[in-house]
Amino acid sequence: MVKGVNHANPSPLPHGRERGGGEGGRLPELAVSPPLTLPSPPHGGEGDVARLHAILLKIPDPEIPAVSITDLGIVRAVHEDRVVITPTYTGCPATLHIEQSIRRALDAAGFAQVRIETALAPPWTTDWISDEGREQLRAYGIAPPPKGAERASLRNETHAQCPRCGSMNTEEISRFGSTPCKALWRCNACAEPFDRFKCH
Amino acid sequence: MAKPDPLFIYATRLGDDSLILGQRLSEWCGHAPTIEVDLSLANVALDLIGQATHFLGFAGKIEGRNRDADALAFRRDVLDFGNCLLVEQPNGDFAQTTARQFLFSTYQELLLDKLAGSTCEDLAAIAAKAVKEVAYHRKLASDWVVRLGDGTEESKTRMAAGLDWMWRFVDELFEVDDVESKLAKEGIAVDRSALRAAWDARIDAVLAEATLERPAARRPVLGGRRGHHSEHLGHILSEMQFLQRAYPGATW
Repeated sequence: MVKGVNHANPSPLPHGRERGGGEGGRLPELAVSPPLTLPSPPHGGEGDVARLHAILLKIPDPEIPAVSITDLGIVRAVHEDRVVITPTYTGCPATLHIEQSIRRALDAAGFAQVRIETALAPPWTTDWISDEGREQLRAYGIAPPPKGAERASLRNETHAQCPRCGSMNTEEISRFGSTPCKALWRCNACAEPFDRFKCH
Repeated sequence: MAKPDPLFIYATRLGDDSLILGQRLSEWCGHAPTIEVDLSLANVALDLIGQATHFLGFAGKIEGRNRDADALAFRRDVLDFGNCLLVEQPNGDFAQTTARQFLFSTYQELLLDKLAGSTCEDLAAIAAKAVKEVAYHRKLASDWVVRLGDGTEESKTRMAAGLDWMWRFVDELFEVDDVESKLAKEGIAVDRSALRAAWDARIDAVLAEATLERPAARRPVLGGRRGHHSEHLGHILSEMQFLQRAYPGATW
């Protein structure tokens, strides 16, 4: 990377719109990022940051592969020399796996010198899950968390909408599900159990 | 040898509480009364071990002797652990485990909520993250205290017995020694003694809903913070540390 070219121009993620180009949609892949398998010398500056964003947007969450780590709000900031990520839950066993996935993707794209940093503060919240991410969760069969994690607290549990039939006639079976981030719910209308992403 | 840094002592106490309770809860894995409870306890254990990784990792950084969280967890002996006695108590039946979790999580939520305002940035960041998870632990444990306490005669008897067993270890949660009072004055540590009134109020509210009596005051048992542990901790460590003791430095 050419140092000193427009350096450290932080591009705080969230959410959605800054993916460059496009009308709120994904970038046409070839427009900005070269094929990931063909490392090309990075040029430095904002072009790099955009390419890094594009790479990160393609890395799936290991537990919920339908959603990217960017859409889950795990990627917090992208600079030309480093990527900042945050764990979802402190004990989430996927944390290390995610870091390794990022490392592999960055190396493959010729960004071996870009560091990966982990920041705990501010703590991850489901409010950082993008609208695209929420829709992908729903399509995958996981009820997305309502927005407003602060308000929809533990004491004020809103009902989840069944991701299969759309009914609001649902109930919680267990606050703890198959991963730290999910609770186990059941739909009383279609009688199917489903995971709900906990509002956190 | 120079005395350990007070911040190192404090961070290991915080980490050891989480680590030992996480290890204890893991013993339920595959044995809990229902699959939902099994998952819940495993999830809580996972959160706690995650906290421990952060607290102990920070402690190792402060110590500066090249010990990471794993080294502190797997290669210290009983006397060097600073956890409170409550977290090392045996699981007993599900009611006894619930009692321990209820007393501890109620305390830990109050503690971490304050610690999130610590002048120490690392501790504050860990606390702010963990407190959101501990709120779930407290809620889960409280729900079960109510369900068992206000349940059948059998479940009520067991819940009361579980609380009675754990109650003598409560006072230690709010004990402040010289190490911590100095750190508290600097705004780094939380003055644990100041949490007692809020803890009492929350505990009493749940006990009332559970139609349970508050256990009679007992002579408190202290010493965990100074490394004076019950016989149970040695047994926990012998299992938890076996692999690193038998095959030092093993990785996979």
